[in-house]
Amino acid sequence: MHTWYVHGLEWTRKELFVYPNEYIYWSIQIVMYPLMTGLVAGAFVLSSLYHVFGQKDLKDMAKFALVFSFALLLGAPIPLMLHLQHPLRGFFIFFTPHFTSAISAFGIVYMTYALIVAFEIWFVYRVFFVQQVHALEKKEGMGAFLKRLMYRVFTLGAYDLSEKAVAKDKKVIKILAGVGVPVAAFLHGYAGFIFGSVKANALWMTPLMPVIFIMSAVVSGVALCMLTYIVIMEWKKFRAVKARSTTPGMARYEQLKGAEADLIRKTSRYLIFFMIFAFSLELLDLIFRGYTAVKNWDILRSVIYQRDYVDIFVKQYLIGNIIPFLLLIWPRLTVRRAAFATALVLFGVYMMRYNVVIGGQSFSLTFAGFMDYVMPVIPHNMETFKEGLLGALTVAILPFIFFYFINKVIPAVPQSGGEKA
Amino acid sequence: MNRRKFLKIIGGMAAGAGAIGTFRFLAPGEAEALIKSSNIRWAFLVDTYKCVGCGMCVKACKLENGIPYDAPVTRTWVERYVILKDGDVLADTPKGARDGFTSPVTEGRQVNPADIDKAFFVPKLCNQCDKPPCVQVCPVGATYRTAQGIVLVDRTWCIGCGYCIMACPYGVRFFHPVYHTAEKCTFCYHRINHGMTTACVQACPFDARKIGNLKDPNDPVTKVIMTERVAVLKDEYGTKPQVYYIGLDRNVR
Amino acid sequence: MSHTWKPVFVVLAILAAIFIARTIIVPPKFGIWESGYMYGWHNKANEQFWLNYKAKYKGRDYCNGCHPDKYSAIMNSPHAIIQCEDCHGPAIDHPDNPPKLAIDKSRALCLRCHVKLPYPTSHRNDLPGFLNPDEHNPGIECVSCHNPHSPVLGGMR
Ligand code: HEC
Ligand code: HEC
Ligand code: HEC
Ligand code: HEC
Repeated sequence: MHTWYVHGLEWTRKELFVYPNEYIYWSIQIVMYPLMTGLVAGAFVLSSLYHVFGQKDLKDMAKFALVFSFALLLGAPIPLMLHLQHPLRGFFIFFTPHFTSAISAFGIVYMTYALIVAFEIWFVYRVFFVQQVHALEKKEGMGAFLKRLMYRVFTLGAYDLSEKAVAKDKKVIKILAGVGVPVAAFLHGYAGFIFGSVKANALWMTPLMPVIFIMSAVVSGVALCMLTYIVIMEWKKFRAVKARSTTPGMARYEQLKGAEADLIRKTSRYLIFFMIFAFSLELLDLIFRGYTAVKNWDILRSVIYQRDYVDIFVKQYLIGNIIPFLLLIWPRLTVRRAAFATALVLFGVYMMRYNVVIGGQSFSLTFAGFMDYVMPVIPHNMETFKEGLLGALTVAILPFIFFYFINKVIPAVPQSGGEKA
Repeated sequence: MNRRKFLKIIGGMAAGAGAIGTFRFLAPGEAEALIKSSNIRWAFLVDTYKCVGCGMCVKACKLENGIPYDAPVTRTWVERYVILKDGDVLADTPKGARDGFTSPVTEGRQVNPADIDKAFFVPKLCNQCDKPPCVQVCPVGATYRTAQGIVLVDRTWCIGCGYCIMACPYGVRFFHPVYHTAEKCTFCYHRINHGMTTACVQACPFDARKIGNLKDPNDPVTKVIMTERVAVLKDEYGTKPQVYYIGLDRNVR
Repeated sequence: MSHTWKPVFVVLAILAAIFIARTIIVPPKFGIWESGYMYGWHNKANEQFWLNYKAKYKGRDYCNGCHPDKYSAIMNSPHAIIQCEDCHGPAIDHPDNPPKLAIDKSRALCLRCHVKLPYPTSHRNDLPGFLNPDEHNPGIECVSCHNPHSPVLGGMR
């Protein structure tokens, strides 16, 4: 006989009466996936704030957020691939899409969105590409030749740097940035639809699911951008202090500090607004289920109020929602407090994904038994790597590695100080 | 050749490829004719009074259909329900009942026979739904319903996303331990289409399991389904299941 | 034409690549069949795979061809309802492959049916058996006293 393994057996603990074939089939990677797409959407929205609404002080941030959202986007299918039992067949989704399935939309929505982001980047960086091609013309050697070739391909043959052409670029960027926002929302809303439309799952099945997903996506995206913005500005301030005496053209420490606190306070208002929205929707869902109390409420109640109580009420609602909410609305918001609060918000969104994906599978279809997900920490084969802690960390880190390499070709990290402004 | 021309050619080829048709689409009339051409609709009948929980069906199914014998997944299984006088409902299915039920201990509880109101066994298998949610959600068309109403999985096309497993309210699907594609009961498609009965029906000594053709009014199974009181599992999901049960209790999950 | 249209060509090229790859990779019989797009979107050729799947259980009439003694014995016994292959496993290509079928003499085999489970409304209640099998000649194979093919109490071994 062949060697075999049963998917899910290693990390599922069953209790009471559970059908024999039931396991936690969707584990940590499916928690990571909506988290990643949520961050993509949030980062993109932030960059659009500059391009569409002309938030001047976001200029450097916008470039960064745009390229970062592209790196996150490249990372987004990886949890899906890692999760597939046949990753190499994943592209069949493009070949024989079956549109009665929410997942099949992934191919099209994802491609559309990826292309929008890629082309927005292209329009933003076209001038840079052309400059690069001209600059490398004079250089000798294989490295420079290949690099120049690469940039030549990137220009797509569009070398026109006239004022008219550049103005056209700007116009298209504005359009793409505007179109991208609803597409990003759709990408994420459909991830919610994947869950919300599973009628066999008592916890998932609610029409609110896509809306809840979009709201928490915006929350997590804005929070991540605020956090990265704070980190980058702290780094700038650090540089400014160091360079104060030597570089006269550089922005002054006080200047930066004022600008940072101001922007953070402004953005935190949006964050609070979306948090209230997301929280109310989830609460509405909970109250509605308890009030209507249909057949599955007995098992849901025992999951929500007993088995997953700490995960849902302590980790997600208290630490991830209420505490950061209070921290943010408390008067005289400081940057440090905002950083702490956004970190908690990110944790809260992660817990929300976890409680939906894993929580939805923690009770049996029999409504008379339970399953626990025991995350594999130390892997001993590919399965326990992919569906365990290391797989999740891989997925979380990869976008940063992508970003590192993309940044080598398309510099996107804000330059220190104000010399570029 | 400049780039523009090249791209035009590629575009033309794409359009051509689309026109040749990678896919076969049937005209509505054509499809209707095909549906009518099938005079078979397989359905299953389970008598829960007759089942003794020997598990011979589970054993036969696993061996017939090549599901590794010791893997804790199975295409069919038998559940035991013990309803006690105090209202407690005990239920279990150790190893899917592959080795039968040889102990009165249920869900870890030693049951005193005097405390039992009623107790029985319920065999489970794929319901071959008329509206299979598992097929609806397959993103690539790897699982499908045949003209005879049986839901099959294409092991060469399944990507292993698990969405069908999530979508099935009956928990009959799992990943094949060797091929790692979605796996499910096929009503022994290879047997029933060659004049045999399914492995589980053949293995059952007590006639608790039967398979028949709903489109044949003289089929004994069809007669029972049409003239006697039968029930199906979880019809609230709108899946139109085609495994009918005699003596289904309200406590059955 | 303005350079702003360049990306559109990239999109077309990607679409063309997908179309071409699709013609090569997707099986020719992939399409909408009898059950419509929602339930019948598949490769028709796959039905043949399941049709050609090899049956392993043959049924006792097959055994009767070579083991008529066992056949007639069991058919005239209380075990007449039990298939040979329930106890001996699937025939597959027996006697070519495997040349001999398994002989399971374990008590567990018999106890699948002969542990008494006093379940009202279930047929299990009617089978002869033992509430506690450990009290019925423990440690000895059932078949050393009972003939599985003719388990009549009169004709014990
Ligand atoms: C074509 C003839 C043929 C058929 C049909 C056949 N057998 Fe056999 N069987 C044999 C032969 C030959 C042997 C080997 C006898 C020996 O070596 O002692 C054998 C051996 C066996 C043995 C092992 C006997 C031992 O002493 O170890 C069992 C059990 C058995 N058969 C069961 C079955 C069952 C059950 C079926 C029906 C599914 C079946 N056979 C059908 C020819 C057949
Ligand atoms: C209830 C389970 C059971 C059933 C049903 C059963 N057998 Fe057996 N069979 C056994 C066991 C146990 C042995 C070993 C008996 C022994 O060692 O005395 C055996 C032995 C055999 C043997 C070889 C040993 C011998 O005594 O010659 C053959 C051949 C055989 N069975 C064929 C059949 C055939 C053919 C059928 C169906 C008509 C069948 N059996 C049905 C349990 C069963
Ligand atoms: C698939 C279930 C099943 C298995 C397995 C099974 N039996 Fe039986 N057994 C029965 C049935 C049914 C009867 C007949 C009961 C009746 O006639 O009321 C029976 C009858 C008997 C009887 C006669 C009891 C009497 O009161 O006359 C004996 C002895 C017996 N079996 C022994 C065995 C042995 C030994 C084995 C293992 C080799 C075995 N059985 C395996 C179902 C089974
Ligand atoms: C040492 C020989 C021996 C062994 C071993 C043995 N039995 Fe018996 N069995 C008997 C005798 C003798 C009787 C009839 C007298 C009686 O009822 O105790 C009997 C009776 C039975 C009956 C009929 C009981 C009834 O109430 O009608 C069944 C069924 C049975 N045995 C099954 C089994 C099973 C199953 C095994 C293996 C787990 C087994 N026996 C092992 C000797 C044996």
